[in-house]
Amino acid sequence: MITNFILAPILVHMITAILLLFFWQKVQAQKVISIIGNSIAFLLCIRLFITTQHEGYLILQAGNWQAPFGITFVSDSLSSIMVLLTAIISLAVGIYSTAALHVNRIKYGYFFIFHFLIMGLLGAFLTGDIFNLYVWFEVVIISSFVLLTLGGKKMQMEGGVKYVTLNMLASTIFLTAVAILYGITGTLNMADLSLKIAAIEHRGLVSVTALLFFIGFGIKSAVFPLYFWLPSSYHTPPSAIAAIFGGLLTKMGIYAIIRVFTLIFKPDEFIQPVFIIIAILTMITGALGVINKRSIRRLISYLIVCHIGYLIGGIGIYTELAMVGVLFYLVHDVIVKSNILMITGIIQKIRETIDMTRLGGLGKDYPKLSFVIAVALFSLVGIPPLSGFWPKIQFFGESLKAGHYFLLAAFILASFVTLYVIAKMWTEVFWKESPKPLTEEIDHFANLDFGKKFALVAPVTALSFVSLYIGFNAESVYEIVQKTAHELMNPSAYIDAVLNHKFAK
Amino acid sequence: MELLVVLLIGILYSAGIFLMLRRSMVKLLLGLLLLGNGANLLIFLMGGLTKGKPPILGEEETSFADAYADPVPQALILTAIVISFALTAFAIILLKKVYATTGSDDLDSLNIQDLDI
Repeated sequence: MITNFILAPILVHMITAILLLFFWQKVQAQKVISIIGNSIAFLLCIRLFITTQHEGYLILQAGNWQAPFGITFVSDSLSSIMVLLTAIISLAVGIYSTAALHVNRIKYGYFFIFHFLIMGLLGAFLTGDIFNLYVWFEVVIISSFVLLTLGGKKMQMEGGVKYVTLNMLASTIFLTAVAILYGITGTLNMADLSLKIAAIEHRGLVSVTALLFFIGFGIKSAVFPLYFWLPSSYHTPPSAIAAIFGGLLTKMGIYAIIRVFTLIFKPDEFIQPVFIIIAILTMITGALGVINKRSIRRLISYLIVCHIGYLIGGIGIYTELAMVGVLFYLVHDVIVKSNILMITGIIQKIRETIDMTRLGGLGKDYPKLSFVIAVALFSLVGIPPLSGFWPKIQFFGESLKAGHYFLLAAFILASFVTLYVIAKMWTEVFWKESPKPLTEEIDHFANLDFGKKFALVAPVTALSFVSLYIGFNAESVYEIVQKTAHELMNPSAYIDAVLNHKFAK
Repeated sequence: MELLVVLLIGILYSAGIFLMLRRSMVKLLLGLLLLGNGANLLIFLMGGLTKGKPPILGEEETSFADAYADPVPQALILTAIVISFALTAFAIILLKKVYATTGSDDLDSLNIQDLDI
């Protein structure tokens, strides 16, 4: 279906951001506008998701320039899933931020930049043009630079330099790859590229371009050996910002890899082993990094790296069932990682530290909150009925079936290490006796008024419920991701819809 | 002409990467700038170098061959230049701020907090 509706969520975030500029320094007004904007965008994203799932592809040719000449916006099943996830996380983190962030940060434009970041993410997920994807990436990274360094503490500056440098480098490599791609095909539309790339005889050049794309996106999604910026920067900003980064920014890289490597470059006997080796090393290094960490935020940073390995490995196996696992894991991971990073913020409010050796006794002091947190933590591990379990079965089964035994071993190792560190974290933070007597001065959380407590706990609870829903209602999620995986593995319908406007159901 | 531009791109890329590997923050910034310029020139080259050809076909033209200069790379470069301008402006301010907070131009002095676990 050809519709202008695709742009609606992007525009809502843009208008919200511009409106916020007029309320510079007015904290209360900014919070209200941000929540309203997020809620409207959330409803629109749900509608976009439902329409895409029922009606098939939604296409918009910008300025009525027909593909492949103009910029195309496409909402296919994968895009709509990512848009829905972005909407959920942005609403949750938006509400959480109203209570979790210091007033000064909000005064100097936190919400303004936040909405631009979400706008960039939505644009990146919905565009069907490779150069336009680059532009949306830039919108996202410049917003993330500001969010990461806003506040200007020494620690943030140190992390910021590494983050900024490597992301700028990644963008340059991405741009180089786009340039070469344009040189060998003469088009930028992804659907058109898919056809033109297949017709190129000089396959070596195609492989090199594919690798350049992989490096560019690999830096952004933090795969081995390009991940070092992530653990040294993600623990520096406040937890609300880290929740957005950990949940969505690295997954944007994964989205781009899935899109480019299913539509434009089909993994061949050269690309596939590269993916699998990188995946194995990412999982192992992530798992090794996670074991000795005492700070929860650093631990989560390495877990993000470790679990990126699952996704890359799944893409590397490149069967339809493996892709089902990748998409299912993506859905689960975005929700759970953001949730856990928000939880660390609450823990820090309660105990003024996130060092595991100095934490303890939370289970006794906050039993209800601990239960909500337990749901998130054990979803991440993948205890059977919870959401992390279902995609892991797919990964194990498919790597066994395809005969990638080292990959299977890495999957199992990474799962065990995740179980070990989460169990360790649970006992240290929630079951262990508190190492020092708790005084009223330390517990900032108990002194908050009801509204702020609600704004902190409600998003976390809601995301835990989403995790539970994914786990217990796995069949309906499975159906959607199965359909998506089928679309990704057979891109001819996508190409037909974009180039010829044929919308076969 | 093509060869000259190819060599220029090669020099810009290699000089950029060399500068990025240095420990000084200013050199890091210069390296990023050179890399960005190299990428822009690469787009320009990939669009094909043509001289004195119009970007829009006249009505009397019947075929595409060699009759026009591709306008797309120029639009791409323009976009990329604007973006890299903004990023560079941000990076300069960031590095200035880092210098102000740490008092050092050496990138190795930024690893203090990475030693904690």
